[in-house]
Amino acid sequence: MGFLTASLVGWSRAQFAMTAMYHWVFVPLTLGLGIIMAVMETLYVRTGREEWKSAAKFWMRLFGINFAFGIATGLVLEFQFGTNWSNYSWFVGDIFGAPLAIEAILAFFMEATFISLMFFGWKKLSRGAHLASTWLTVAGATISALWILVANAWMQYPVGMEFNPDTVRNEMHDFWSILLSPVAVNKFCHTVLSGWVLGALFVTGIGAWFLLRRRNTDFAVRSMKVGTVFGVVASLLVITTGHMSAYNVAHHQPMKLAAMEAHYEGYEGVELIGVGIVNPQKESWDDGVQPVVGRIAFPKMLSFLGFSDFNAFVPGIRDIIEGGYELPDGETALSFEEKRARGKLAIQALADYRSAVEAGDDEAATVYKEELRRNYAYFGYGYLDTPEDLIPPVGLTFYSFRVMVILGMWFILLFLVAGFFVWKRDISRQRWLLWAALLTIPLGYLAGEFGWVVAEVGRQPWAIQDILPVQAAISSISAESVRLTFFIFLVLFSALFVAEIRIMLRQIKRGPAAETPDGTGDVEQPEK
Amino acid sequence: MITYSFLQHYWWFLISLLGGLLAFLLFVQGGQSMLFSLPGNDDQKKVMLSVLGRKWEYTFTTLVTFGGALFASFPLFYSTSFGGAYWLWMLLLLSFVVQAVSYEFRSRPGNVFGTKTYDIFLFINGLLGTLLVGVVVGTFFTGSDFTVDRDNIAAVGSPVISRWGNAWHGLEAIANPRNLCLGIAVLFLARTLALLLFINRAADDTFRARCRKVLWYNAVPFVVFFLVFVVWTMLGSGYAVAPTGEVSLQPYKYFMNMLQMPAVGILFVLGVLGVLYGIIVSLACAGVRHGIWVSGIGTVVTVTCLLLCAGYNGTAFYPSSADLQSSLTIFNASSSFFTLKVMSVVSLLIPFVLAYIFYAWRALEKKRAAPEDAENDGHP
Repeated sequence: MGFLTASLVGWSRAQFAMTAMYHWVFVPLTLGLGIIMAVMETLYVRTGREEWKSAAKFWMRLFGINFAFGIATGLVLEFQFGTNWSNYSWFVGDIFGAPLAIEAILAFFMEATFISLMFFGWKKLSRGAHLASTWLTVAGATISALWILVANAWMQYPVGMEFNPDTVRNEMHDFWSILLSPVAVNKFCHTVLSGWVLGALFVTGIGAWFLLRRRNTDFAVRSMKVGTVFGVVASLLVITTGHMSAYNVAHHQPMKLAAMEAHYEGYEGVELIGVGIVNPQKESWDDGVQPVVGRIAFPKMLSFLGFSDFNAFVPGIRDIIEGGYELPDGETALSFEEKRARGKLAIQALADYRSAVEAGDDEAATVYKEELRRNYAYFGYGYLDTPEDLIPPVGLTFYSFRVMVILGMWFILLFLVAGFFVWKRDISRQRWLLWAALLTIPLGYLAGEFGWVVAEVGRQPWAIQDILPVQAAISSISAESVRLTFFIFLVLFSALFVAEIRIMLRQIKRGPAAETPDGTGDVEQPEK
Repeated sequence: MITYSFLQHYWWFLISLLGGLLAFLLFVQGGQSMLFSLPGNDDQKKVMLSVLGRKWEYTFTTLVTFGGALFASFPLFYSTSFGGAYWLWMLLLLSFVVQAVSYEFRSRPGNVFGTKTYDIFLFINGLLGTLLVGVVVGTFFTGSDFTVDRDNIAAVGSPVISRWGNAWHGLEAIANPRNLCLGIAVLFLARTLALLLFINRAADDTFRARCRKVLWYNAVPFVVFFLVFVVWTMLGSGYAVAPTGEVSLQPYKYFMNMLQMPAVGILFVLGVLGVLYGIIVSLACAGVRHGIWVSGIGTVVTVTCLLLCAGYNGTAFYPSSADLQSSLTIFNASSSFFTLKVMSVVSLLIPFVLAYIFYAWRALEKKRAAPEDAENDGHP
């Protein structure tokens, strides 16, 4: 395969994954904490109570520290589409570039401008103008998430485009179907809401820490009241959108759903595995070995999650490779070999079309173009060699999904119990609960990271579902170059991450009183 | 009637304008490159950090937007240059990554590496960020070592469309003296603009006097290197595109572009004069504070016109020195008609974006910068 060695693809994927995972340390907190601090400032403006202002400023400072790290990783992420995925950038840049540009024009400038006003404008803006700046900062962050998630959703469910053999790329022909595709809408809601959950966990957990230290107790209780209510609402919405995610995956990425469940042999009324161990004895998709051992499962629930029907047929990995089952649209599923053959036909038809055009043979060009159009839906399969190429890492996807879901359930329980005690009882006496809230903060980050592992590892080998596998999306560079930049970024991001954590911890220890010049917690009135 | 060609020109204009704005906003990097040499005492350093610390996000965001807009409007450039000149872009990215955290982290307790480290990060970004941006723009006129072959996509074992011709992956551009000339010119331009900004913003007359003195040492190298680059480029050959799409080397191409597009040529000269006027008037009159605005607008106009000269009038904006016919033009590298139309509708919102940036800038700059501003901002 020439320079297209597995290690080049592997290192390129590793570099993107590492950057994205570091970036995801920042994004959800920005989305969630942003809303909470804006709510607190709104309460300050409405009630005139200085303690709300002091609380809002405390959370804003943490927001700012977090924001800087996100900008650093976000820049690298954006440019990596070009540096490491050059073929991808051309093959789908006509569609994928637009959301990125819109994100920059509409969202990044909004964030950059209003975050300056939010931090430096306390004495220079009226209360109303400052509050508007805070909300616009949050809006900028959320709009930014919208566009990048639309772009990501399109990779998982490519719609609204047509392949142009003259330019050798996919071209957009329906903007609204890309923006409003069910996968995009649900992905946006599910992801942003998961950010809200993390923000709520963060505020609740830090509030618990202050109570454990028996300091700034009013501030802590106030923050926990906001955090738990916000957390319950966000968590319930995350469950709803999570169900919709499963539905979308079942319909558009059946192999991902099968990997999430280590589901090899399809049948009707499939169970959902709660916990279990992926059987290390299973070596091949067709060896008949039981894929999951020691499992506790919920009968028929996977069928319900995927198809809103307790008795629906859910194809397993073997079915998807061998084909022959009935698809939701009534068609019969093709086997891997059939899809691969049609992919090869599409690629050959493209080559023949281009040769015919160059030779000026319009008649032949028309025939090849039609051949390409008929088979284009399987274009990416032409780059794959064996059925194994089609199977994502099952163990990683399976466990990541379980960790995400189980943690999600734990968060709801925590918010409900902590909410009860903070609103109806004296939560400062429940030290076990305070410890639980504090220790759950890192779990919130883990849940988000594992969610992305499910979404991205689970869709391998596709860069664009069915159309472009990762090995055809790559840049023409040496694996050594990418390996070197991988380690440079790893060291740099890790070092900056450690610094961010330490700065955050020091800032938290200083408490809300440190947000005022005299350290008393009394805050000056802004100029009207 | 809005045609495909019109939108391709429109988007190259927006890219050029973004490039012009970025060149102006690089004053942040210029100021950072003087962090260790310019301030005579701690208070002056605080003033520098306060002035730059409130603006760095605009430069950063403009860079990101420049990348995003290029991706959306000229994706073949994005895939060819970024994927090919890998190390050049990676160095540029690294220099901006370390900047992104430095203003926020440098003075915070518990920042692990100490304030000095973050100041060094800012210095590195100041030096490399400006130099490499200049080098990259230089390649728009000197060419790069790449080939583009769309037929490769059908070669299953080796399907990459854009390929680089050497193992240096972009670093070779730094060794090209003409690219380097522009790189050094951009570095000294950024430093010059930063000094003009400090003269405008600082309340302390001693610091302003110091900035005026240092202005000499930065403005003169800027003018020298910039003129060398411009004269060299205007007198050299350029990459012309025939109506058939065939690319050829044509003597005095860029000079002819300036003559054949008189509006661009005249604005280019006026822009250069604006930059020089801002510098000269600031050097000549101690009380003048508005030099930054004249030089700043001059910079935006000059760089915009330079980039228009690289892409308009049948010119390949990203020429290939390895294979002339692989060169990228605004026609063969652009997005589809439909995508450019969608993006053009979005671009109508740009005036609103500029309006709120202007509002925010004014709101935060009501009074001159003093050392205590840095402490209030969290940059002491």
